[in-house]
Amino acid sequence: MREAANFINLDVMNITYLFIVGFVGGLVSGFIGSGGAFVLTPAMMSLGVPGLVAVASNMCHKFPKALIGALKRAKYGQVDVKLGIDLGISAEAGVLYGAHVQESIKKTFGDAGSNLYVSVAFVIILAVVGSFVLKDALKTYKSGNSHEEEKVTKLARWVQSIDIPGTMVYFKSLNARISVLFTIPLGFATGMLAATIAVGGFIGVPSMIYVMGAPSLMASATELVIAFVMGLGGSFKYAMHGLVDIRLAMIILAGSLFGIQLGAIGTTYVKPFMIKVVMGVIMVIVLFSRGLMVPVYLSQLGLIQTLGAGTIKILKNTSFAIMALALLLGASIVLGSMFKGRRAAREAAQEVLEHGNI
Amino acid sequence: MAKNYGSSRKKPLVSLIITGVISFALYGILLSNQNLANDYLSRGGLFAFLPIAVAFLFSAVHGSFTGKFWTVLGIEAAKKKKEVK
Repeated sequence: MREAANFINLDVMNITYLFIVGFVGGLVSGFIGSGGAFVLTPAMMSLGVPGLVAVASNMCHKFPKALIGALKRAKYGQVDVKLGIDLGISAEAGVLYGAHVQESIKKTFGDAGSNLYVSVAFVIILAVVGSFVLKDALKTYKSGNSHEEEKVTKLARWVQSIDIPGTMVYFKSLNARISVLFTIPLGFATGMLAATIAVGGFIGVPSMIYVMGAPSLMASATELVIAFVMGLGGSFKYAMHGLVDIRLAMIILAGSLFGIQLGAIGTTYVKPFMIKVVMGVIMVIVLFSRGLMVPVYLSQLGLIQTLGAGTIKILKNTSFAIMALALLLGASIVLGSMFKGRRAAREAAQEVLEHGNI
Repeated sequence: MAKNYGSSRKKPLVSLIITGVISFALYGILLSNQNLANDYLSRGGLFAFLPIAVAFLFSAVHGSFTGKFWTVLGIEAAKKKKEVK
């Protein structure tokens, strides 16, 4: 199981590359609570890092990053620790079950089968949830009500209205009591997704917003607590098998801690619906990236005509490029809206000063 | 107003330098002892506590440094909207 012999040599170029990817991933995570992992793991693998070591090292940078992000956003009053721990523990169970499902699929259908399962899960979940989140964000933007407080969805109102004695817990982010019989399955699904596509937040954040009724800012901040709990457990599991390359994890952490601080600061300048915009945009673009890989795996399983090596290479490279683009675009929106918000705040302060002088 | 900005930026400068030096030293130690680090930290079993402890240590020091870094650059959180109301 131990793959220490496969740990790669690091040079200045590799270190710089990982630092920059870490920074961009951290920036997005600080803002939407997750993301980055789907680019970081393939980015490490592109340097020759074995798959499992890349997953393990990514996990080991994720929990300290999430901890710093959660602490920062807690200062802004955006974190619901109780909800985060509740969902985080159920997510941990989901991660273990998800990993078990992955292993069974790999045993039965081989690597191509496992990759196909991951890609199909990516495409279906991102298509359904991503388009819903993006549509909702656009609806808010078009309605011109982006300044107003977010409305709790009908589904969330129904979930909050169900009273199951002995299972009700009050969560400050919801400002309501909700049965843990709802939170546990949602946490479990977040963990399963994290074990499958490495980004549990694509289920965790939307479920907190639309199913439980949390505001976007609190949902994305609370996701960092879930990521911390899941990441800590996952890192320990991988470290038990000696799979964590601490150098990779700490170099990515070096960049991502700069990013996560900036992303967290950014949340204080933007309108809440921007969280949904960034998350929806990333999800929909990543969907296309993974969709491109489906024919490759179908061909490897012999379910469609065999694709040539050249075609497979083009599809793989295009898929990775689109994924990187998704992250970069997300990061640009975060930075752009943050600077816009800062400028507006400065102008408002200037105006107050001028009025004061008069 | 300008004075206020100046003083708030100066405040964490000393702690920025201190945490920066410690963070830089930690990374220096890790990267100059790569083989030793990988040998001990990837032994598995109970040694699994080591990479976790290292991650906590680096995040505490480097996290504090990066937080102060943006503050010194003047990039800080917006004032609470409630106050504007």
